[in-house]
Amino acid sequence: MARAEAGRRGADVRSDCWISVEITNRSLAIEIKSKVTTLYEDSIRELVTDGLKKMGIAHARVEIEDQGALPFVIMARLETAVARLSPDLAKPLLPEMLPECTYPTTRDRMRRSRLYLPGNEPKFMLNAGIHEPDGIILDLEDSVHPDEKDAARILVRNALRQVDFMGAERMVRINQGELGSIDLEYVIPHNVHVVLIPKCEDAEQVREVDRKIRAIQSGSGIDQVCYLMPIIESARGVIKAFEIASASPNVVALTIGLEDYTADIGTRRTKEGRESFWARSQVVNAARAARVQPIDTVFSDVRDMEGLRQSVLEAKSLGFEGKGCIHPRQIRVIHEAFAPSDAEVEKAKRIVLAFEEAQAKGLGVVALGNKMIDPPVVKRALHTVELAIAAGKLPENWREQHEG
Amino acid sequence: MKDELVRNAAGRLVPTIVNGKPQVAFAGVGKYRPKGRKAAPPISSCVDYPADGNKLVKDLRTAFEMAGLKDGMTISTHHHLRNGDFVANMVFDTAAEMGIKDLMWFPSASFPCHAHNIKHLESGVIHHIEGSMNGPLGVRGMGVLRSHGGRYQAVQDGEVHIDIAVIAAPAADPFGNANGLVGPSACGLLGFALADSQYADKVIIVTDNLVPFPCIPWQIHGNYVDYVVVVDRIGDAAKIVSGTTEITRSPDRLLIAELAARFVREAGIMRDGFSFQGGAGGTALAFAIFLKDMMKEAGVKARFVRAGSTRYTVEMLEEGLTDYILDGQTFDLEGVRSMRENPNHVWTSPFTSYNYHGKGNFASMVDVVVLGATEVDVNFNANVVTHSDGLLLHGIGGWQNCLFAKCTILPIPSFRDRIPVIVDEVTTLCGPGELIDVVVTERGIAINPRRKDLIDALKDSRLPIRPIEDIKSEVERICGGKPAKPEFEDRIVAAIKWVDGTVIDCVRQIAE
Repeated sequence: MARAEAGRRGADVRSDCWISVEITNRSLAIEIKSKVTTLYEDSIRELVTDGLKKMGIAHARVEIEDQGALPFVIMARLETAVARLSPDLAKPLLPEMLPECTYPTTRDRMRRSRLYLPGNEPKFMLNAGIHEPDGIILDLEDSVHPDEKDAARILVRNALRQVDFMGAERMVRINQGELGSIDLEYVIPHNVHVVLIPKCEDAEQVREVDRKIRAIQSGSGIDQVCYLMPIIESARGVIKAFEIASASPNVVALTIGLEDYTADIGTRRTKEGRESFWARSQVVNAARAARVQPIDTVFSDVRDMEGLRQSVLEAKSLGFEGKGCIHPRQIRVIHEAFAPSDAEVEKAKRIVLAFEEAQAKGLGVVALGNKMIDPPVVKRALHTVELAIAAGKLPENWREQHEG
Repeated sequence: MKDELVRNAAGRLVPTIVNGKPQVAFAGVGKYRPKGRKAAPPISSCVDYPADGNKLVKDLRTAFEMAGLKDGMTISTHHHLRNGDFVANMVFDTAAEMGIKDLMWFPSASFPCHAHNIKHLESGVIHHIEGSMNGPLGVRGMGVLRSHGGRYQAVQDGEVHIDIAVIAAPAADPFGNANGLVGPSACGLLGFALADSQYADKVIIVTDNLVPFPCIPWQIHGNYVDYVVVVDRIGDAAKIVSGTTEITRSPDRLLIAELAARFVREAGIMRDGFSFQGGAGGTALAFAIFLKDMMKEAGVKARFVRAGSTRYTVEMLEEGLTDYILDGQTFDLEGVRSMRENPNHVWTSPFTSYNYHGKGNFASMVDVVVLGATEVDVNFNANVVTHSDGLLLHGIGGWQNCLFAKCTILPIPSFRDRIPVIVDEVTTLCGPGELIDVVVTERGIAINPRRKDLIDALKDSRLPIRPIEDIKSEVERICGGKPAKPEFEDRIVAAIKWVDGTVIDCVRQIAE
């Protein structure tokens, strides 16, 4: 009889499980070996029995080796195993959409840090939110083995319904092409805020993803916008950066992936980054021209915090507003480095107060001392104040304190 | 024979007799005061010892024969050589060769390297073990788990009588003066062997580094010692200072440690002249490092750090961030070096720090201590010996004794894999909630409602302070509902002693 399996087992596996499903002609048999047998064996059995029932499977032998997987992970692995057995047999086993997974995002929110999480690794997802990144990327692309794309999609879908990312923007990086289209079908109905489109080389790529998203949304009656962040990763992409950034009104940010880009131009990535200076500036310029946020590449040496800090300061000086990261300890460093200096904050406060005073008096012109302040300067000052509050450098009620 | 059980002041059913000895049930923190006089070793006379001070004997077997080793005696060892110790294994190999049976082994702690002695448990050379277990040793009879301070208490009030103490010494002279500071097996200090040297009927020093009299400084006084034995090696240096001094790399644990340090700063505990205790666990080390940075930033200096010293505590001493290290055990070579070279790095013992029958002790004078736990319940009671599935896994060490600090903080994850750490009721009670002030998890900080002062001090804080019940509910939801409870048989596997010698709880056999 046919048998299929999903998930991972072994002593070094954590928060995941391995499930094998074999269709038999005998009644249902479930064998559970679990690290949490005493505490949750009955609960695991009930979950699996329910899941099989939903899929109409009454005759099967199921083996589970569990290393403390949470229910949404067990459900994902079961669904994957059955889908691998026979796609016709599998039905989506959707865990409850928790209320803490339904918060919205906004177009102009800060995107200083975005934390990449491998889409098929449950253990990194559970506590990602406590480190307070601006965004969390559930990655279906490079961090997932080609043989596990099906498993990762289901796991990411379930995580979107069950893991509290604590206010971080909920992002998914999809695969290229046809794989990416399937990815979208799995994840879009579950409150994805931003889709990252890898290896973008022209505007049509963005529009295609955008159309696909809208189709899925209208099919499932969702009226919320799903934003897009194209990733430029090639020489051609850099040349087309402005067209890509302005391909759809839903693009909110443009970013660059330097590993692939440097390979594409026939060189290697260095710490100094001279080889990518032009490309990064192009991306900043294209993003600004298209009125979207320019976001820098990932800093991948997780032990080098000083290097990270320098890299963020450099990115900031080039005009970037955000940085990618792969380890939670990098988040704080990124936020601190993007935070404005004390002098910048003081100046911004004065400008914002002068602006508000002018508004209250109905004056069209903002003046500070005997100097006129232009609208873009006011806008930047407002942004600086927002950054300062986010970095804990200013209390939210700073106006009262200023007056007091 | 069915054990009589009684419900103690913490509401736990505990045995009234353990291994044939009557027990006192836990009566509440600070409630039990035994009367009478302390235990004492037999009177000795110096004329019975060589006037030239040479107490060397040929080997351990000879020492045992001269000491009168017999069936049923109690033999003690110490654990300063940690997982590199050869001597405790040597002791029972020698006893086995001599055909001795039914010994009670009374280590200050045991480690995985002592799995060697399982065969002596099985063959009956060892009858049972009483001590802090950090390894795979099984229990025959009823195990008795005590804190480091509780061990001193038990020796002093006569609950445990040591017939022969065998003290592994990295340096010793023929008179028996000994220290842990020098030699190939240097481990720092020998504080855990202090009670043994003072109260055992017979004391044997085993060393691999004999120096001519006088062995300076003497952490163990030769005047307590009967025999000195020289062997090739008392331990494996690489495992004596084992890999415990690595800071955690887990981002979640680092976050927890950082929150704990920020709590200490914002509660106003971190001020000039304060004191804290740092252990060698990954989270405790990270806590100390975060605190150190905050102290530097604020220009604050500690009066003393109680340790488990590591290179991190040594750095604080050498950078002038603390006046003293009061050290209970050294965990790495830097700790050993500093203790050897720096007079402000002071060796202590369970007598100075933890002992219930002392006229006060250091642990209760410490401003803040951070400790681990396997479980904490909504009443702030904590467990360190079993896991939620009921398996007996850890010894108590100095944990119970340290709870007496002015502020006790448990920086712990709220769940491990799918195992909730914050629970309705602890599986095994080791520390009463009234002594546990703050629980710091990655999902928020809970302050014990008894500590109104701390709640007030933190009322305007941006730290994520929330009720412990909230954290518990969140964790239960994440883990997929309330965990089932393990089922136990009636048979008691181990009795858990409180610092005063009373029985606070017991561990039962898990049902098959």
